[in-house]
Amino acid sequence: MKHLLSIDDLGPVGIEAILDLSESFSEVTQREIPKVPALRGKTVVSLFYEDSTRTRISFETAAKRLSADTMSFTISSSSVKKGESLLDTVQTIEAMGIDAIVVRHHAAGAPHRIAQWTDASVINAGDGRHEHPTQALLDCFTLRRHRGPSLAGSRIAIVGDIRHSRVARSNVKAFAALGAEVTLVAPPTLLPESLAGWPATVSYDLDAVLPDVDVVYLLRIQRERAEASRFPSLREYTSRYGLTVERAARLKPDVLVMHPGPMNRGVEIAAEVADGPASLVREQVTNGVAVRMAVLYSLLGSSSAYPRVDGMRPTHARSTDAPKEGAR
Amino acid sequence: MTELVIRGGTVIDETGERRADVRVADGRVTEVGSGLSAGAGATVLDAEGCVVAPGLVDIQVHFREPGREDAETIETGARGAALGGFTAVVAMPNTTPPFDDPAVVKSVLEAGRRAACEVNVAGCITLGRAGVELAPMGELYELGVRVFTDDGDCVPTAAVMRRALEYARALPGAVISQHAEDPSLVAGGHMHEGEWSSRLGIPGRPAEAESIIVARDLELVRLTGGRYHVLHMSTARATELVRQAKAEGLRVTAEASPQHFSLTDEACASFDPVFKMNPPLRSDRDVAAIIAGLVDGTIDAIATDHAPHVPEAKAQPFEEAPPGMLGVETALAVTLTKLVEPGSLTMHDALALLSWRPARIAGLEARHGRPVAPGEPANLCVIDPAEQWVPDGERMASRSRNTPFAGMKLTGRARHTVLRGEPVVIHGEAQR
Repeated sequence: MKHLLSIDDLGPVGIEAILDLSESFSEVTQREIPKVPALRGKTVVSLFYEDSTRTRISFETAAKRLSADTMSFTISSSSVKKGESLLDTVQTIEAMGIDAIVVRHHAAGAPHRIAQWTDASVINAGDGRHEHPTQALLDCFTLRRHRGPSLAGSRIAIVGDIRHSRVARSNVKAFAALGAEVTLVAPPTLLPESLAGWPATVSYDLDAVLPDVDVVYLLRIQRERAEASRFPSLREYTSRYGLTVERAARLKPDVLVMHPGPMNRGVEIAAEVADGPASLVREQVTNGVAVRMAVLYSLLGSSSAYPRVDGMRPTHARSTDAPKEGAR
Repeated sequence: MTELVIRGGTVIDETGERRADVRVADGRVTEVGSGLSAGAGATVLDAEGCVVAPGLVDIQVHFREPGREDAETIETGARGAALGGFTAVVAMPNTTPPFDDPAVVKSVLEAGRRAACEVNVAGCITLGRAGVELAPMGELYELGVRVFTDDGDCVPTAAVMRRALEYARALPGAVISQHAEDPSLVAGGHMHEGEWSSRLGIPGRPAEAESIIVARDLELVRLTGGRYHVLHMSTARATELVRQAKAEGLRVTAEASPQHFSLTDEACASFDPVFKMNPPLRSDRDVAAIIAGLVDGTIDAIATDHAPHVPEAKAQPFEEAPPGMLGVETALAVTLTKLVEPGSLTMHDALALLSWRPARIAGLEARHGRPVAPGEPANLCVIDPAEQWVPDGERMASRSRNTPFAGMKLTGRARHTVLRGEPVVIHGEAQR
């Protein structure tokens, strides 16, 4: 695999392989000196056209823990504001001699365009409303740790602004690839125009869905959506679709609550729920580093796909349980 | 003036089809018959195996002059059009400044006189294409303008559209043309709204944005008795509305563009903005309906919506690149490959859609789309229906490169083009 642009690039076997590798790197991140020389001499550039401190820092931390050199290219400090085209920017960065570009862009498909213009590996760190594959991987990793070894049969409700969410587009595919049953819950104005081909069912009624689910995955609600009349008000949204304390009290006891962050406390999630025992929010962030190490290593690591590295013991055990390609 | 003999071809015009040579002198066809001899000094154009037809007429091109001469000029656009077999085009008014001022229109018509095809101008309906105050339609009409449109900006309000249709009734032969997409429904959209836009996360432009405007405008046509033309119609539903309006006897015509009968929204999955245009590439079902409309005569013409953009403008993510694609050099070949070769249309049908019918819509019928007969203006094209070729943006006459047909195997191509009796393209080589 040269690039990670979409969850489609991986398939069930590829996802499982990244998750297995992530387990090894997770162990690395817990050492006293959480660093391995796996990507020494490699250079990873983060090219962020959108503010996203958490994703950028997660990737840069991952790269540093693999001993790669990192460079950061953000829109406010770059020539992009001077009208340089994306192509010119990419060629300029490439001319510095780099191995991977981690891209966050407000337009769908920007990483796909870049991948056609560069010899470097391209990692999609979120493109418009399209995809955010490493978020999906870290969410699968987090869930698998709690509900594993397999997600088969897990019932996951993704609640909120599905229409504008790259997280939803990646997570639906990744969860379904691992065998979970996904239900999308949102008012019709926050659902995509067409759900043809989406491996998920749909509901407009959160209260009808909650009693049966194992995982509630909440998406961030943006104030602008209310202003654009996607729904009448944040207050109405919370009353119909927010995971309030009252709703959380009706969940099955072992239900897990997830959120990709940043959260709007009091809107899609009550503060008490976000900080409560069912919440995996902080764990998701922690796991992000290990999963991004696994992604970087899979794309840039030497020789075979998942080689052993000094002091690292990748676990292959689970990959035998993974569905075979084509057997979906 | 040059004397030309076009030898060995099959003449196809509105009156029918016959094997004949064609002699041209002093800008007119002088003789049509078999075994015509070429006098001393005459140029012979080989038409063996070819179709000799009235020149093609493209009633929707953007030649970017004035304002964006880096993307296209009248000279380069017209050269491409001539290479595509066109002897006349109608240049759209989304220039800077726009064609809402007689002085601007005069300068463009003047520049067009030296070009490789006849360059006509579509005037604005409203000042600045802003959709509020009427442009000086009468003054523009006096300069020869017959098509009025606000181009890529749909006239947003029914009241302004009504006034334009009413006012143009005093201008015989004038037509109000509409880019039919409701601005409020397509705001922020970049591709056809549906399965693919949902999957790709690209904000969509629903098909209903087109049919809503066509439905509204047809009501206004009935109200005003005005004459109305739908630019680059792309949806099944709008086609059905036009079909019904024609059956009712309303004065309506419609055109379709090659991209809308040959490509679908699935192409956008590449994220390559060469496939970005307005109206957007539609669904399979819409493509089938457009073809059916071309076959049954609901759609009167094929027009390209030739819309050059400099390479750097398209070297952007899909959502950030401007919409539009090159069309003049590929329209004939795409029509022949996608409609004639599979048997949906005959060559005569295709030429009707590409020549005499668009000529009539745009008021060019005195000079273009004429029968190939003695005394007629010599605006002709010679088409090799068997030539196989692969479009390449790098080799086009345009200053831009944005063709979505690059790499596609096409059959059929203009070999020679004759404008006012002069050979402007000989064996695929532009002469001016």
